[in-house]
Amino acid sequence: MDYFLLSIVTFIPATSALILLLVARGNDHAAALVAKRFALFATGVTFFVSLFIVAQFDPENTSFQMVEETDWIMGFKYKLGVDGISILFVMLTTFMMPLVIWASWGVEARVKEYMISFLLLETLMLGVFMALDLVLFYLFFEAGLIPMFLIIGIWGGANRVYASFKFFLYTLLGSVLMLIAMVVMYAESGTTDIQALMSHQFSYNNFGLFGFQILGGTQTLLFLAFFASFAVKMPMWPVHTWLPDAHVQAPTAGSVVLAAILLKMGGYGFLRFSLPMFPVGSYIMTDFVLWLSVIAIVYTSLVALVQSDMKKLIAYSSVAHMGYVTIGIFAANQQGIDGAIFQMLSHGFISGALFLCVGIIYDRMHTREIDAYGGLVNRMPAYALIFMFFTMANVGLPGTSGFVGEFLTLVGIFKVNTWIALLATSGVVLSAAYALWLYRRVMMGDLIKEALRTIQDMSLRERAVFAPLIGMTLLLGVYPVLVLDLIGPSVQTLVENYNSALSIAGINGDAMIASH
Amino acid sequence: MEFFVIFSPLVGAILAGFGWKIIGEKVALILATSLLFLACFVSWFLFLDFDGELRIVQIFKWMSSGSLEAYWAIRFDRLTAIMLIVVTTVSALVHLYSFGYMDHDPNWTNNETYKPRFFAYLSFFTFAMLMLVTSDNLMQMFFGWEGVGVASYLLIGFYYKKPTANSAAIKAFVVNRVGDFGFALGIFGIFYLSGSIQFSHVFASAQGFADKEIVFLWTEWNAANLIAFLLFVGAMGKSAQLFLHTWLPDAMEGPTPVSALIHAATMVTAGVFLVCRMSPLMEFAPNAMAFITFIGATTAFFAATIGLVQNDIKRVIAYSTCSQLGYMFVAAGSGVYSAAMFHLFTHAFFKALLFLGAGSVIHAMHHEQDMRNYGGLSKKIPYTFAAMMIGTLAITGVGIPLTHFGFAGFLSKDAIIESAYAASLGGYSFWMLVISALCTSFYSWRLIFMTFYGNPRGDLHTYNSAHESPKIMLVPLAILSLGAIFSGMIWYKSFFGDHYSVNKFFGIESEVSHSDYKSEEDQNKSDVAIENLSSAIAIAEFNHDAKTSITYSSKHTPSGAIYMAPNNHTLDEAHHVPKWVKLSPFVAMLVGFLLAYTFYIWRKDLPKKLADNQRYLYLFLLNKWYFDEIYDLLFVRSAKYFGRLLWQKGDGQVIDGFINNLSMVFIPLLTKLAGRAQSGYIFTYAFAMVLGIVILITWMTLGTGS
Repeated sequence: MDYFLLSIVTFIPATSALILLLVARGNDHAAALVAKRFALFATGVTFFVSLFIVAQFDPENTSFQMVEETDWIMGFKYKLGVDGISILFVMLTTFMMPLVIWASWGVEARVKEYMISFLLLETLMLGVFMALDLVLFYLFFEAGLIPMFLIIGIWGGANRVYASFKFFLYTLLGSVLMLIAMVVMYAESGTTDIQALMSHQFSYNNFGLFGFQILGGTQTLLFLAFFASFAVKMPMWPVHTWLPDAHVQAPTAGSVVLAAILLKMGGYGFLRFSLPMFPVGSYIMTDFVLWLSVIAIVYTSLVALVQSDMKKLIAYSSVAHMGYVTIGIFAANQQGIDGAIFQMLSHGFISGALFLCVGIIYDRMHTREIDAYGGLVNRMPAYALIFMFFTMANVGLPGTSGFVGEFLTLVGIFKVNTWIALLATSGVVLSAAYALWLYRRVMMGDLIKEALRTIQDMSLRERAVFAPLIGMTLLLGVYPVLVLDLIGPSVQTLVENYNSALSIAGINGDAMIASH
Repeated sequence: MEFFVIFSPLVGAILAGFGWKIIGEKVALILATSLLFLACFVSWFLFLDFDGELRIVQIFKWMSSGSLEAYWAIRFDRLTAIMLIVVTTVSALVHLYSFGYMDHDPNWTNNETYKPRFFAYLSFFTFAMLMLVTSDNLMQMFFGWEGVGVASYLLIGFYYKKPTANSAAIKAFVVNRVGDFGFALGIFGIFYLSGSIQFSHVFASAQGFADKEIVFLWTEWNAANLIAFLLFVGAMGKSAQLFLHTWLPDAMEGPTPVSALIHAATMVTAGVFLVCRMSPLMEFAPNAMAFITFIGATTAFFAATIGLVQNDIKRVIAYSTCSQLGYMFVAAGSGVYSAAMFHLFTHAFFKALLFLGAGSVIHAMHHEQDMRNYGGLSKKIPYTFAAMMIGTLAITGVGIPLTHFGFAGFLSKDAIIESAYAASLGGYSFWMLVISALCTSFYSWRLIFMTFYGNPRGDLHTYNSAHESPKIMLVPLAILSLGAIFSGMIWYKSFFGDHYSVNKFFGIESEVSHSDYKSEEDQNKSDVAIENLSSAIAIAEFNHDAKTSITYSSKHTPSGAIYMAPNNHTLDEAHHVPKWVKLSPFVAMLVGFLLAYTFYIWRKDLPKKLADNQRYLYLFLLNKWYFDEIYDLLFVRSAKYFGRLLWQKGDGQVIDGFINNLSMVFIPLLTKLAGRAQSGYIFTYAFAMVLGIVILITWMTLGTGS
């Protein structure tokens, strides 16, 4: 069984989706409930089985573990594996999905199809984080968007067509470039095996193209092609504008998955492909990426300040938080990358919880307009407490997981570029401003709006959904060593490989100093 | 035991916050308060029993990433011990006081439960504050630092139905974050330079910072000065120093016990504590120290001038706090950390006393806070009057000149003024503090005269029904009064006595400075100070150099809770300032008192006349130097303006505009491919993806084939 553990985890949800598709019948309330329960059960089992992955994982071993490799169609390989960088994304996915399903208890339209979409989505997301073959990765990476389109397109808000269209355009651009890059990689290295590609050295000789001198040659171009795809996913400024629209139109559970897991694919991609495979390209483009990230932090934080739609505000805040991730990754040192991975996990819990929070009152009042609320604390004390907790976690309060990631990425970047460090740190002021102001307008004050007078506090189920998220946010805030010890050795290897690749290439710049 | 002190408030917070539903409201509150009293007793025991030797208790690892390691730990030295008693004593008394003060709060209707929340916040604050003062590394300190910030935010906004309270809460948090921004950068810099954030390690390498250059932003800086400056920015935020002070007066929106605990006695002094804690670094950062002194002195003056004309009783005391914190920073910036801690210590008692006294007045006057509506209350609330009187005698510094007999503030404030004279050679900081002492005396007595003397000016009904507060509120006042009277005299020697007793108190080994001090004491006796002083400095510099080399080789950690470099003689020089310097604060106090007496007892028409006469000056002071208005324009409005601009123009027109134009090329193409728009894209997408894979596979198969 050990040999197939990863496949089992990956395909439990898809198999369940298939079962649901074939077996479940009927459109009545009872059938819907069965579908919900079944999906919850399936995702729960997936999470439970995935715990075995952690149990068997050896953090000190920095190569891929539990690797499965079989021949597949047309000479390609089906290859899965996890290392310190991917394992926690796998866990994040399996952890979040049952909560997402449970939070969707209120869905009434086309429940079966809804559950099938989410289950399918889970398999595809897990595949992305485990795939060790380029083609397989591409399949999972791109296919994952289809259920997401469906979720936004079918269960979304009034303007869902525009949102999914925008998402589509952005993603298409990135995908095409990434695809071309993959073909080039194959042509140069003769393999699609990710492990092999990581040790392959792509050419970095400068050459001229259309009269431009390309520093770092092929590596830079490959980097940029992958960057196009990952930057859209992150999303980085200025290709972020699809995210607020997608979030606003998506149903609550869709937003949660989008924020908590799908956004992490970009960051994961940088760590899996960009840094290890194109170190010279990454190094050359570092400043470019850092500046984009820091612009994102300041820019989107300011924009978040003036939003009138709750989901948009949190979406913009997500973009800002992802800015720390790219900053950490491209600081390319232990603290930076540790911080980036941590930030992605933590953001998964926190932003997921915040979107759930919005969902709670959206379910009751059917509006996301901040102005429609005010004084909720008077009738919803439990909700107020939970919202406050995650607001504080979102602004990076020490003791919550939000702090650790931000802090480590900033420690990492300070060694590399103090301008970036300074501007990125200013984000902590802005985030406090927009987050607390949102809280004030929604929760504080006297309850004067007539429509809100009968609003009910959270039900037991709603509270129970939050409990694990609160637990994780606190646990990782107080005892982050849990995560850091797991990812540390792999990150260390990544950083060492990156630096040695650079020194082979004859670059000994800031990144070298920053490594220790 | 330290463990118990720190975590019992946390337990109390959880009991009060969540447990009350199970064990009942009253029981929960009593438990939380008792836990704090226990913590307080233990703290006093620890303080009195403490021998000055550093103890570190590691709890468990918090973070490790590469060479960055941090533990949850308790560092127990003299600084910690002082802060422990300050925090737990005031906190315990405030808990007790709140039983009376928060009973039947008119901000709430009868069926609303608010007390458990209040006590939970108070206890949580105490926990965070204790984490701050006991931390053994900068990260845990930052945890406490932000933790108290949150508690402060929650408590300022406690009356969440009031818009003003909500605004004040956000303002406090955000302005503090500006400070934290500097603090955080300082921590990053320290880690970058020394590879650690553990205090003992940082202290050992701090001396090395003095000779290092660090590239920060556009140019190179002296590492020690830069780091010290960044840390001080954090201190400025938390301790409401000039430019980052605007949140403190607004914080008075919180219930009065909160103002006493957080915004007078404990949290706002965290900045002073930080500077003292980092003394091994500060000692090597002369420019930063000069800056600290300058900001401290200016704040002391600026806040005192505003305090002169405020009418809200709590705001007067708030500005007074701001000003007194400036005093502490001047002491720290002058290198006399012990004097800074001394004033922090005594100030905690008399300022908490003044706030709780003011609370008692407000309580008696049915939540009226405008002093213009007070008057003649001395007979109505005699105990409160007595307490306020003691507080005022303490803050204005009443005592017998040239002796060590006087109220707490007399000893600690004079210590600072003497230190300032010694450090600045009678310069800016000294004169600012003396003028501030005059203002302090004026606004303090003004408060007393307007509140307790004369005839009632406000609503007569309110006045007639004014009644003395219950015992549960008076007991804390009595205890704090004892502190306000005696704490200065009892601990004068330890904080500001001769070098030997200060060293002993703070656990400083006297290896280098001991001989130094001896020789200096002799020199001063022989009255040829100047000549010998220079030689003493030469010796000190020699020692300094010698020590530098040792530091580099053996990573010697300076012992003791505070560190005074061998060439820092301000403490000794402060004892030998001219007589007129020692008398100056007393004279300033007298003048202030007489002026206040003239204005508010003898010639009551004068204030109005003066205000009319000097209209612009009056408005300038009344409007707090227009800081709020300027900041609103500079930061709040402009942030919103840019936010809107970037959103509508940046995201909307430029980025989306570009995408939309791009899409105009694609849309016809796509709609041809797919009939229905909505699902059309999805199928197109799936189609494109499959197509992509087909191309990829074909290419690769061909590639392998060739």
